[in-house]
Amino acid sequence: MHEFSLISELLETVMESAEKNGISNVAKIKLIVGECHGALPEALSFAFKALSSDTVCSDAELEIETKKGILLCTTCGHEFSYAILQSMCPECGSFYLDIISGRELRIDYFEGE
Amino acid sequence: MKVILARDLLSVNAIKGENNREILESNGLLTLNIISSPGAGKTTLLEITMRLLKDKYNFGVIEGDLYTSRDAVRLLEHARAIVQINTCGICHLNADMVAKALEDMPLASLDIVIIENVGNLVCPASFYLGETCKVAVLSVPEGSDKPAKYPELFKEAQVVVISKADLLPYTDFDLSGCIKELQGINPRSEICVVSAKTGEGMEKWLAWVEERVQLVSSH
Repeated sequence: MHEFSLISELLETVMESAEKNGISNVAKIKLIVGECHGALPEALSFAFKALSSDTVCSDAELEIETKKGILLCTTCGHEFSYAILQSMCPECGSFYLDIISGRELRIDYFEGE
Repeated sequence: MKVILARDLLSVNAIKGENNREILESNGLLTLNIISSPGAGKTTLLEITMRLLKDKYNFGVIEGDLYTSRDAVRLLEHARAIVQINTCGICHLNADMVAKALEDMPLASLDIVIIENVGNLVCPASFYLGETCKVAVLSVPEGSDKPAKYPELFKEAQVVVISKADLLPYTDFDLSGCIKELQGINPRSEICVVSAKTGEGMEKWLAWVEERVQLVSSH
């Protein structure tokens, strides 16, 4: 997956906002990751460690909250939990699935001074 | 101090993608983002497509590769302009890279911009570059089970090119099953079964491209 790109977008966004808000040392960043997104928390943390050195985020803790993925089958209306590699409805076998939740990949907030 | 951002990470890329789209649309360009596994035949398909259409349309190519400019060299003689992006390990192109490449392109003298993405069936599907359409290429030797295993790309692609069709007799690729599966994943996508090598099936693909150019330039 592309965790390194995602983390560099995260750092770019946080650093821009930190500068605007006069923050020179970021202590914590809270990130929300939906299960359906496929981005792995471990790989995100690793990328964060690697890319944040020498930035205002170098001492920051990255907290990752995982949101459960829920899928809806638009053929039969069955709702079920996301599982990796599942691309069809377990009830009727349809491929027409909508993601109801679990698609998030969002910076919630950051703290610093 | 706490700063609430509530900002989607991919939206950073999406905003840059929208900027690219504005630039491309204001120049009346059809932009195709070509995505497939490594070795599915993207470059060969593009070589033949551009050779057959270059008298009618001027092509600009943005060539994405991890390393080397081998593909760009192959397409050079058919394109009005070509920009190579080496991602140096990154598994997809993002909107920022494409924005930089567009700065080096003579957009006013082009009709079609081809973005040949890094060979990868997974990640490129998540990054909007500003394209008019995503084109998925699936080659016969990869196997007909791929669409259901990698649905993300096939859900979004407006056209799926099943390439290397000349190899169908030598493999157990289930063509009708694969087409059925693709239609299940995305009922709106066009499916073209082609062999760039023998030319079989190319008319349908070329007609699709030409139809899209007309649509974009008439807007």
